[in-house]
Amino acid sequence: MTVNLSKGQGISLQKAGGGSLTAVRMGLGWKSAPRRGLFRSRTKEIDLDASASMFADGQHIDDVWFNHLVSHDGSVRHTGDNLVGGAGTGGDDETILVDLDRVPVHVDQIVFAVNSFSGQTFSEIASAHCRLVDDNTGEELARYTLDGGGPYTAQIMAKVHRVGGGWQMTAIGTPSNGRTIHDLYPVIATIL
Amino acid sequence: MTAELVRGQNHPLTESRVEIRVSAGDPVVVAAAFGGADGRVADAGQVARPGSPRLPGVEAPAGVAPVQRLSVDLDALPDAVHRVHVLLALPPGGRGPARFGATAAPFLALSGAGGADVASFTVTELDSETALVALELYRRQGAWRVRAVGQGYAGGLAELFRDLGVDRAAELAAGVEAEAAGSAAVLSAPQPSARHAGSGGRHGGTAVDWPAEPATPEAASPAAASQPVPASETPSPAGPVDYRHPRRRATEPPQPAPATPEARPGTPPEPVAGDAAGWTMEERLYNQVWGMFEDLARSTAAYRSAVGFAESRLEKELDRVLSDPATRVGPAADAAREEARAKHGGLVEQARAVLDRDLAQLTAEAEVVEHALPPALARWDSPVWHAYQAPLETPMALRLGDLHLPERRGLRIPMLVRLPLQRGLWVDCGRATGSGTDMADPAELRRLAMDCAVAHAARMLAVHPVGEFGVHVLDPAGSGAAALAPLVENGVLARPPAAGAQGVSAVLTELTRRVDLVQMAVRSGAADALPPDLDTAEQLLIVNDFPHGFDDRAVTQLRYLADEGPAVGVHLMMVADREDSRGFGPVLDPLWRSLLRITPVPDDHLADPWVRHAWTYEPSLAPAGSDVVRQVLWQVGQARRAYGL
Repeated sequence: MTVNLSKGQGISLQKAGGGSLTAVRMGLGWKSAPRRGLFRSRTKEIDLDASASMFADGQHIDDVWFNHLVSHDGSVRHTGDNLVGGAGTGGDDETILVDLDRVPVHVDQIVFAVNSFSGQTFSEIASAHCRLVDDNTGEELARYTLDGGGPYTAQIMAKVHRVGGGWQMTAIGTPSNGRTIHDLYPVIATIL
Repeated sequence: MTAELVRGQNHPLTESRVEIRVSAGDPVVVAAAFGGADGRVADAGQVARPGSPRLPGVEAPAGVAPVQRLSVDLDALPDAVHRVHVLLALPPGGRGPARFGATAAPFLALSGAGGADVASFTVTELDSETALVALELYRRQGAWRVRAVGQGYAGGLAELFRDLGVDRAAELAAGVEAEAAGSAAVLSAPQPSARHAGSGGRHGGTAVDWPAEPATPEAASPAAASQPVPASETPSPAGPVDYRHPRRRATEPPQPAPATPEARPGTPPEPVAGDAAGWTMEERLYNQVWGMFEDLARSTAAYRSAVGFAESRLEKELDRVLSDPATRVGPAADAAREEARAKHGGLVEQARAVLDRDLAQLTAEAEVVEHALPPALARWDSPVWHAYQAPLETPMALRLGDLHLPERRGLRIPMLVRLPLQRGLWVDCGRATGSGTDMADPAELRRLAMDCAVAHAARMLAVHPVGEFGVHVLDPAGSGAAALAPLVENGVLARPPAAGAQGVSAVLTELTRRVDLVQMAVRSGAADALPPDLDTAEQLLIVNDFPHGFDDRAVTQLRYLADEGPAVGVHLMMVADREDSRGFGPVLDPLWRSLLRITPVPDDHLADPWVRHAWTYEPSLAPAGSDVVRQVLWQVGQARRAYGL
């Protein structure tokens, strides 16, 4: 069951049984660039990057991205950078795992974003998606289709934030431009 | 469900009447000793043994047999009893084996009143031991628990009783042994039924289809099944010949990990030693220690981040109240300040609760893991050093000391480095730079640093197979003679400590030649072309009093050894104060940077690789008054002499 979220739509990460979500996974997948000519090394590879940024009451705490794969507290983990993409058949090429039980008590928002490090805009990239998955059951919570997303190189995808004792996810889908998550801070500040 | 315990693991006991079934390949003595709150056994009257098998609440078997039963009524035990040690020993002088390594691994099963097994423990990896503390029942917060101990003693019951603190231990041991020898003579005739129920089968010459026997230790414990079974060293004369090398470890399959007991919902699982990925128990323990190190670093990072945030928010909110002249004073301002402080306090309290929860779990895990560590990774006060034997394989890692953070000083993580060492060591005897140290006396610091270096060298010598690790010492002024005495007296050094400038130059020239030749041989793939007098074992060079006795040529050679040595097995251990060599200027800076700096006193100069907290390092030293380092070195010396080194 996939929820294709529209912009600004929020879903609660409380399960039907009353138990709260304990682990979510952000997946990012895209189709690698077609091979060009005789020399593989000349292919204009597409490098998308998934990142997560942690905030406490609007104040920036920590980032998880390809140069810092694990947040200092260990609750958010990036499984590694993919520089070229995959088959484009819906599988994830980069993954960020969030252990919600271990997120420090003061962190109340985690923002997920996608950047095009190699500079191609989303309109040039085929079969790109990003999604949030309940890591315990494998159930997809939300999915975005990025390709055909217009002349942008970045997108702030969603945020997971504390509501009461549990967590809630809000889809954001704000397009932007930037090479890494650091270029997106001004935009992220507007959606916190 | 039966819990299969590994060394150090404990398990709750819910019933008050417990029966312990002991099965061994050969007749054994089973005894129980009562320990007080401090764990000591007061006197012989506290030991239930053959000859006087009954004590209040405990009935030990009266004789010796391969399969025995010991019953314990926990409610009937005197209040002063806090521990019941369950002891096994081989009767001396009988027809049975002379050591536990020559018989099947003893297997102990605890059952409750219903007869169902609660927990079981196979005591593996025994060798020359003739007596052992197999289990320990102990009180914890009013409830009884059992812990798998498996601590063996090569010196027999006398050594065991001495370790338990019994007065006149030798006399008691002799009495028990005499009693056991008497009954062994009666019972040593083959007992087919007892063997069948137990674990023997290989010594009587009767073919027993032991894989189908659920009661055999091999079948009952998957951990034992893939380990080298010590009993295979003495193949049965009538059975098929065992072609396996008695000492070789099987590559396939890896030892299965210890079973993690099922967690009750809502509580964290009970920690188990070796609860990490790896092919061998050693690798699993190593990975587990590193996992605990990372978890502690990250939990503390979360806590520090939360507290830092709470403080910055408090400051900001107080500033806001102050900055508005209209509300700066008056009850509204007081209320706002009060609210800001309450928010700060609430958040810090919440973060502290999370940290305490994590620390409690890590502390419980550390306690279990500490008991299970092999000598190379264990503290000097660990009982494994009392049962020390020269190893046959180089361990994967070595413990240099303990690390802790100010948040919880009691929670110590072993600091492990991989072997062979990747970089040399520098025991810094200069004035400590970190906080928490104020040892003013430089001479005292130098003496401590040398003791530290000797303890590290002794550990390295002890955990390497005999002849595969050589130690050289440069002590130009002879100032380290007192600290080096244990190494010199036990004859474990490759040569006497080199004195004077000539001695320094001779040792450095020889080691430089060794590094150069081995490098050449490695590069050209001609290991067989090395001269026969060249010692290819790993070498450690302890340098005291640097740069005393060093000329420019010697310093250059030392730098060469520091740069090129580790790759071909020559390691440096400098005991030095950087200030002393200030005269050489910055040319020695790369040397100091290439060495791993450790200190003889606790000092917070080491950073972890994840968050870069400053960790307080404490060297691994024998407890004051303990002779364990000297004893281990004596054994190393004996082994070296036996090998003709």
